[in-house]
Amino acid sequence: MNTDPKGTPLLEMRDIRIEGYADEKWNPIIKGVDLTLHRGEVLGLIGESGAGKSTLGKAAMGYVQPGCRITGGSILFDGIDLAKAKESQKRKLWGTRMTYVAQSAAASFNPAHRLIDQTVGATVREGLKSDAEARQDARTLFKALTLPNPDTIGDRYPHQVSGGQLQRVMTAMAMSPRPDLIIFDEPTTALDVTTQVEVLMSMRKIVEEFNTAAIYITHDLAVVAQMADTIKVLRYGEEVEEAETRAMLDHPREDYTKSLWSVRSLRKPAEKSEDIVLSIDTVDAAYGNKVQVLHDVNIRLPRGKTVAIVGESGSGKSTTAKVITGLLPPMKGQVTFNGDPLPPTLAGRNKDQLRRIQMIYQMADTAMNPRQTVGEIIGRPLEFYHGLKGKALETRVVELLEQIELDASFYDRLPSELSGGQKQRICIARALAADPEVIICDEVTSALDQIVQEGILRLLMKLQEDKGISYLFITHDIATVEAISDEIVVMFQGKVVEQGIKDDILSPPHPAYTELLLSSVPEMDPDWLTKLLESRATA
Amino acid sequence: MTQTNQSYSAAAEVGQVKTRRTRAQRIWLTLKKAPPTAIAGMLIITFYVVVAILAPVIAPYGEADSSFGSYLPWSAEHWFGTDQIGRDILTRLIYGARNTIGIALATTVLAFIIGGGLGLIAAINRSYLDQFISRGIDVFMAIPSLIFALMLLSIFGSSAISLIIIIALLDSTRVFRLTRAVAVNVAVMDYVEAARLRGERLGWVMRREILPNILPPLVAEFGLRFCFVFLTIAALSFLGVGIQPPTADWGTMVRETANLIQFAQFDLKAGLTPLLPAACIAILTVAVNFVVDWFLHKTSGIRDEH
Repeated sequence: MNTDPKGTPLLEMRDIRIEGYADEKWNPIIKGVDLTLHRGEVLGLIGESGAGKSTLGKAAMGYVQPGCRITGGSILFDGIDLAKAKESQKRKLWGTRMTYVAQSAAASFNPAHRLIDQTVGATVREGLKSDAEARQDARTLFKALTLPNPDTIGDRYPHQVSGGQLQRVMTAMAMSPRPDLIIFDEPTTALDVTTQVEVLMSMRKIVEEFNTAAIYITHDLAVVAQMADTIKVLRYGEEVEEAETRAMLDHPREDYTKSLWSVRSLRKPAEKSEDIVLSIDTVDAAYGNKVQVLHDVNIRLPRGKTVAIVGESGSGKSTTAKVITGLLPPMKGQVTFNGDPLPPTLAGRNKDQLRRIQMIYQMADTAMNPRQTVGEIIGRPLEFYHGLKGKALETRVVELLEQIELDASFYDRLPSELSGGQKQRICIARALAADPEVIICDEVTSALDQIVQEGILRLLMKLQEDKGISYLFITHDIATVEAISDEIVVMFQGKVVEQGIKDDILSPPHPAYTELLLSSVPEMDPDWLTKLLESRATA
Repeated sequence: MTQTNQSYSAAAEVGQVKTRRTRAQRIWLTLKKAPPTAIAGMLIITFYVVVAILAPVIAPYGEADSSFGSYLPWSAEHWFGTDQIGRDILTRLIYGARNTIGIALATTVLAFIIGGGLGLIAAINRSYLDQFISRGIDVFMAIPSLIFALMLLSIFGSSAISLIIIIALLDSTRVFRLTRAVAVNVAVMDYVEAARLRGERLGWVMRREILPNILPPLVAEFGLRFCFVFLTIAALSFLGVGIQPPTADWGTMVRETANLIQFAQFDLKAGLTPLLPAACIAILTVAVNFVVDWFLHKTSGIRDEH
């Protein structure tokens, strides 16, 4: 279908305006944005959460979510005005000439059908190819996307492949009808770095191969630098600036764009300490006495310092946290706290032992009871551990709110009335309320966009300075590790690959796995992916 | 650090904050937007409740006053006539509201306490205890409940107390199933784990962390369950093992006046008499369902297209 040469305009959005319904009134989400996309061109849309990236991306297909409406502007797709087109007309285009790759592939596949049936569904239904042809083509696509066993992987069900593989199958599904336009909506955000690289590689390859135009939505600048020809920065539903990728990276014009660029500069100098507050010694752990997840894990956490545990998903990072908190008693080995062994189970620990180790979760959304107000959430540990009541309790909650750089006006709010960063701050305050010595941070910043991430990291560092709290920081994001940690523990398949001072771990020579992990972290260089591919090909 | 970062403020991140309304204001706002069916339903329920509470004041005669002639026709003294032993039908209808609704309400509440409590415990526990309770409940559910109720009632006798306990036990199986199903989804949330890590007791976790989040489906189920219990009691009474005379109740009244229906060809009004208690049952059931439907729609998260 892509007979037109690269360069003719495919999609032209003019002064597009979208509103969403909330609090009994219509609020603007997109406030007049222009967008032009040529055939074969990849446009990167970036911005913090709530900037309207996804809404704009979906609007490019003429689609708005329930509860939203397009109030102005035109969306010309190959001569058809999608803003005015009928639902039936748009439906003809969706899934055939324009396709969509969602953030969560796991939530987007029907668990009851085989992958290949879902991949070719729209193509066959619209009669673009015969069933046999489409299946043959799907297998070719699986191969092009470097999926393992491309001939048979399509016969599996969604739960039988990994998240990264599923994301690639979804890309194959989007490519199957040979669309003119693909919308990628944060397709790699949920993946860990080593998987992300593979998915990025195959996406870029296939988009180039078929000369498909694409809109790539993300909040990760380093990722968009690899994928996009041009970058458009959005904020509060308005365009901040748009430029060719290289030009934008080298010379961002607007202050806001510059601030996005500078976020990665945060870095704390590593310090060594021998005063160990928490140590995990020769721990083996398993779920249900069958699947052994941890093998002989040893980790030491110095007092007032930050130890980062890095590794891809399934490496046993979170399981380690469960062993420390007592949710999963280890099969062997023990956890020592302040020189005394901790009882292995939660039930065996007393209130004081529980109080000294607190936890902050990745998804602040699910870590707070949606029916409790901020005051109740932060107040409960104060009441529970310290027996505070009434006025004293209220005063202390406000103090804690101020420590996390919020104020008393948040006292009566519900979690649903907070932004992602504010929610995570409340979770930090809840942990602080217990007056702990150790806080386990489980991927606390990975669901946040970069500016907010930086704010949270700075807050955590400040609290460490003020109160001497030790952090066990679980993450797969190397940039975060570089910023905040003193020591690093690298984990792989339930084993500790190495533990040491940050600078030692991050500088060569590395064990093979650490090397792979570090080299997979995207850099703000548009040639990074190409170079990486070359170096891995020669290696 | 750049200038922008210094001026960054976490508190200013969300521009619009909606003003928090008091509970009363929120309830009033919700009520104002209720559809006509729900309003009708609520009015009918209110009417029933008022009649039930004020029964002795409203009723023209005593509940068991049989000092009138049998099967009197509809008249100014006896609006809906009298029954086979000369009791005023209207009076019996009014007292019937009190007895039937009262017993049904008590039964439903008890069913929720038993089923809901066990369901929550099973959902949090998720181990042998969960298996034990769940399989036990499955066994109970395998026996047709009406037959089971008939059997138990014939063993323990048809007093109001045993009626309440037996029906509550039988209905608590379904409440258990629902509570466990919805609570399992909440019990795996991080905030429940956070509460357990804090060292909270089981009761606190159940009451403060889980219960508020599963309340909408439970309230809806409460409405529906109330209807089922109500119908079960009416059915048992109709069969003669439910609420015992001289206590007035609608199921028994249908049975006692049922044979009047064959006189409809001579006196239409007399023929209608057995349908009156039946209509009372039907209208209340429909009204409760209207309200529950609206409530379910409101809390299911389905957003209306604007």
